[in-house]
This record gives sequence, structure tokens and C-alpha cells, in this order.
Amino acid sequence: MADVMLSPPQAAETVVDCRGRHYREVNEELRRLTEQGANNLRLVNVAGQRYLGTNLQRPVRITIEGVPGNDLGAFMDGPHIRVLGDAQDGCGNTMNSGVLAIHGSAGDILGHSMRGGAIYVRDDVGYRVGIHMKEYGDTHPVIVIGGTAQHFLGEYMAGGVLIVLGRRLPPDGVHPSRYIGAGMHGGVMYIAGRVNEAFLGREVGLMSLNEADLAVVDQHVSAFAQALGLDAAALLARPFAKLYPKTLRPYGRLYAY
Amino acid sequence: MSWASQENRYGDDKVFDACGLFGFIDTSGARHDGQAAIQALASMKERGNGLGSGYAAYGIYPDFADLYALHVMCRHEAARQSLEAHLRQGWRIVHDEPIPHREVAGVLDAPILWRYFAAPLGERPPGLSEEDDVVRQVMAINTESSDAFIYSSGRNMGIFKGVGHPEQIAEYHRVHEYCGYLWTAHNRFPTNTPGWWGGAHPFGLLDWSVVHNGEISSYGTNRRYLETHGYRCTMQTDTEVIAYAADLVMRKHGLSPKVAALVFASPLWDEIQHLPPQEQRVCRAVRQTYGPLLLNGPFTVIIARQGEMIGLGDRIRLRPLAAGIKGELLYISSELSAIHLVEPAIEYTWTPLGGQAIVGRLGQRPQPPEHIVRREPVLESELTYG
Repeated sequence: MADVMLSPPQAAETVVDCRGRHYREVNEELRRLTEQGANNLRLVNVAGQRYLGTNLQRPVRITIEGVPGNDLGAFMDGPHIRVLGDAQDGCGNTMNSGVLAIHGSAGDILGHSMRGGAIYVRDDVGYRVGIHMKEYGDTHPVIVIGGTAQHFLGEYMAGGVLIVLGRRLPPDGVHPSRYIGAGMHGGVMYIAGRVNEAFLGREVGLMSLNEADLAVVDQHVSAFAQALGLDAAALLARPFAKLYPKTLRPYGRLYAY
Repeated sequence: MSWASQENRYGDDKVFDACGLFGFIDTSGARHDGQAAIQALASMKERGNGLGSGYAAYGIYPDFADLYALHVMCRHEAARQSLEAHLRQGWRIVHDEPIPHREVAGVLDAPILWRYFAAPLGERPPGLSEEDDVVRQVMAINTESSDAFIYSSGRNMGIFKGVGHPEQIAEYHRVHEYCGYLWTAHNRFPTNTPGWWGGAHPFGLLDWSVVHNGEISSYGTNRRYLETHGYRCTMQTDTEVIAYAADLVMRKHGLSPKVAALVFASPLWDEIQHLPPQEQRVCRAVRQTYGPLLLNGPFTVIIARQGEMIGLGDRIRLRPLAAGIKGELLYISSELSAIHLVEPAIEYTWTPLGGQAIVGRLGQRPQPPEHIVRREPVLESELTYG
């Protein structure tokens, strides 16, 4: 769910060729173009440039061709970025609002300390996705993963919603993820497809969904499907499990004797 | 002042960042120049800081394929002459020359770099294989003087490294003039140990080469264990132990890369206890036998030898590693973007789980893991903004 409404896109995209350029130069150009009013940008020949989409503070559209570098959309506040392929580590690091839609897979620590906005990943993600994402007041970050996640999903999670759809898992398939929700103390995860309960984080409880949960899942999966051009009904067909933190202060007594 | 401390001209004590790794093997044996490796590292510029870079290439010396190519670095000519005198006692030197290089702006304090194509003389202690004898001789030379080192000692392969950025070191060593079927490359950001010519990666022994990102917290334990097997650590950097450990477990003890991965990055105990009984026995036996070779701390490495390239990360993935396949070619990189940059038509890409070895072998077409599907272009006409 986008916190910020996008204004109608300008008819003509502003194309920025990133071939062989350093990220600092590219980000300065993006900043200058958006300050001049461009709101529909296309970055082509992207190859590992970091921090794309950071410090724009505007609801602009950005399409990325190529593989963006680490910390895509770090501290992002407003933009709607779509990546026509894979992304690397640290996507949406501490992002505040806007949307990251990745039409492929992404790497580790996606949504690290994220505090608002939405991240949608069509395929798989790496380790520690959603680590320490958090919510406050009306701000609820959302991550939806179409495929599966590697280990330590939602580690130290403090708030927000994290959904994993297991799109490519066989009907009775088990997610490879281990240590899900280790240290989790806030927020909620909804996972379609089986998880290996022997490897759940100690701080996590597992239960089935009630009506309110189903409405939350329906809302975010529909937005995810729309952003990525997928069929929401098919994604919602599989049963979900809810993972929740058993306590809000898992380490409250760690050093108290 | 020691050689190493003199070359850390930034005097930086401890900085946290990353190193950049890249490697590829053409399993058909076709040879490629070093351009892809240079380009890939240059695109990951952020991962290094100019205090070290290097390349290892296999299949580059077909004219001397049966001889050991000893690459040596010497602080001054007297050290080289003394090293050469030492070599002549144990080796038949067929050809020797300075390692071809050109002066590059910004590359400073270059030592004398020389290469000897040589065969060890026949006399060796009973029970010692030729390779064991080469290891013994390399260790003897590297511990004898702190001004001269053999840093590459394999057959039909070579390591080219130094203090500088990847493009600088490539140009210095004229790396693009070599053709190999397997390349590994490294962009260094030294953290806990000095940036000096000997400390640049790859590290090598026999035909092993290792490039590494991270730090080996278990260095002391690993080093002491390796010393009981005759290895001597002289390069002042943790990575060195990985090269010697690879030689010990995979060459001398004959373990496969998959079992070696259990030695270096064993599953956690609570993972082991959930394995089927037979696998539990293997994992426990490996940990009991090779406990002191467990590499603790955050790391990814690319280990290579003649005909084989192995990528491996620590068991909880505290450093990144991406893999890709195009036809006969297997790529391993710190960042996925570098693979796409040098191979835009890449067919499969994935991120291996921590502790899981990615192996490319000459003559075996690389296969992606079971669940990885072939990459298809995203059809934008089917998308709208959500």
C-alpha cells in the first residue's frame, strides 16, 4: 500500500543513461531532474549503482533497467520505483514511504529497519529480510515476497506486515527459511506454504488466521498482484499461517537476575 | 619499518567495509582474456579502496604447462639473488624473466616481480610426493627472509597482484594479455591487516588460489593447526590460512569440495541434529576431525585450482555471494550486477545458501540448483504501476 499518491505521470519519460557512471553522479542528476519537475524517469544500463531513489522526497515514478546496486531506495520517502529484473542487498533500507516493486528476485536485508511504504518482490529474497522493520502511529511498513525467503526472515522484527507467498513452491512444499522471526517482538508475518517448525525463531508463535487477518492479507496481496501484473486470486488460494511475537520484550530478563 | 607497514600509507587502523570478489570458469576449457574480470571488479569499485587488487588465471602458460611457474616478489635485487640461489639448490630452472609489467600512475612501491618456470630436482625425503616437496620448499623460502616471497607456485596458472585499484593492477601486470579458462579476481578493502603487495589477494600455494571477503575470526586456531601439518603463515593476513587449509583437506586428504565445505563452514549443531542419521554421522565426524579448520566469522571465498572453481560463504551469510550460468560458463561474484554487466545474456542467477559450495569443474556443464528457473525478460507491456 503506497502512503503517497502519485501524481499523473508526464507523457514523456525522462531517460537517464547510467552506463559506466558512478552512483553519486547519477543520484545528483536524479535529484536535479526531479527538482525541475520531472516525475516519470527511466534509468537505463544500470549496473550496480548504489542508493538509487534516495533523497528525492517526491512521489515520482522511476523505472530501472539493469541491476541496481545495494541500498536501492534507502531512506526513500515518496518515489515509486520498479525494477525490471533483479535487485541486490539492502533494498528499502530505512525507507519511509513510497513503493519498491521488483520484477525478479532481491538479496539480503531487504526492508532493513523499514518504517513505512511497501516493498513487493515477485520472486525470491535472501537472508534477514525485514530485519528490525518497525511501525509507529499510522505508519505501517509492508513487505510482500512472491516466492520464498532464505534464513532469518523478520529477524528482530518490531512492526509492520511481512507476507511470503511461496509462489513457486510445489503444493506441499516447505520454505527453505530457517530461524524465521528470531528475536521478533512486534508486527506480524503471514506465510503461505509450509515452514519447518523445528527452525522457527524461539520468540515466534504460530496460529491460523482470523477474519481480520484475512482482510489484511487480501488487501496487501491484491496491491502486490496489481503492482507486479500477477493474479491475486491464485496467490490467495493457498492456506496461510500467521506468525506473531510471543512477547514484546523477549530479552527483558536477559541480564536481570 | 617492516615492508607491510611501510606500504599502508594511509595509516588507517581499522575500517569496516567490504572486498569485491569475482570469478568465472569456462567448463568447456575455452580460454578468455581477463577483460571480464577487470570490468566486473571495476563496476564494484565501492568494495575496495585502492590498497590491494589481484587476479589468478588458469591455463595461461601452455608452453610451460608441465613446469611450476614460481612468481616471486622481492623487496630489492639482493633479496632476489639470494632467493634465486636458494631456488637453484632444489630446482631445475628452465626459464626465468621479470614478470612483464608497465608503469602505471598511482602504483607505488612495486617490488621486483620475477617468474621462474622450474621443476623440483628429484631428491626428496621418502614418503613425500612432488607436490608435498614443492610446498615444503615454498614454505622454507617464505620463512627464510622477510624481503622475498613466492606468492604463486602452480603449474599452468599464475597470480598477478599488488597495491592499487583493480584497473591499475590489471594494467600494471598487463593482465589482459593472458588467456585462461578460469579467472578469479579481487578488489581489496583491508580492515584488520596491512595493505601491502604480499597481502593483496589472491593467495596461492601450488595451483590453489583464494580470494576472500570478510574476516577469519578463527585465524589463530586455524594457523596453529596448519603449522602442525608443516604450513607456515607469512603474509600477515587471515586469508592465507584458507589456501593452506584447501591444500591440506582437498589435495592431501582427498576430500571433495562438498565435504571441504562441511569442514570450513559446518552446519550449526542444531541443524546437524535435524539431519538424517547417516548425514549426522558424516557431519559429526567432520567436525570432530577438522574442528580446528572451521572458519569462524563472516566470509565468502572463491577457491580455485586447476580445472575447478569453488565458491563458498559462511553458514549464516554475513558476506554476499551471487552465482550465474550461461551455457558452459559459471560465474561467481560479490554482486549480481557485475555478472549481468559482463554477461548480459546470463541464463540463470541465484544466491547460494550460506555454507553451500558452488562448484564449477572443467568438462562438466554447470547446472543451476533444482528450483532455479531460467531467466526471462520482463514484458513491460503487461505491467502497470500499482
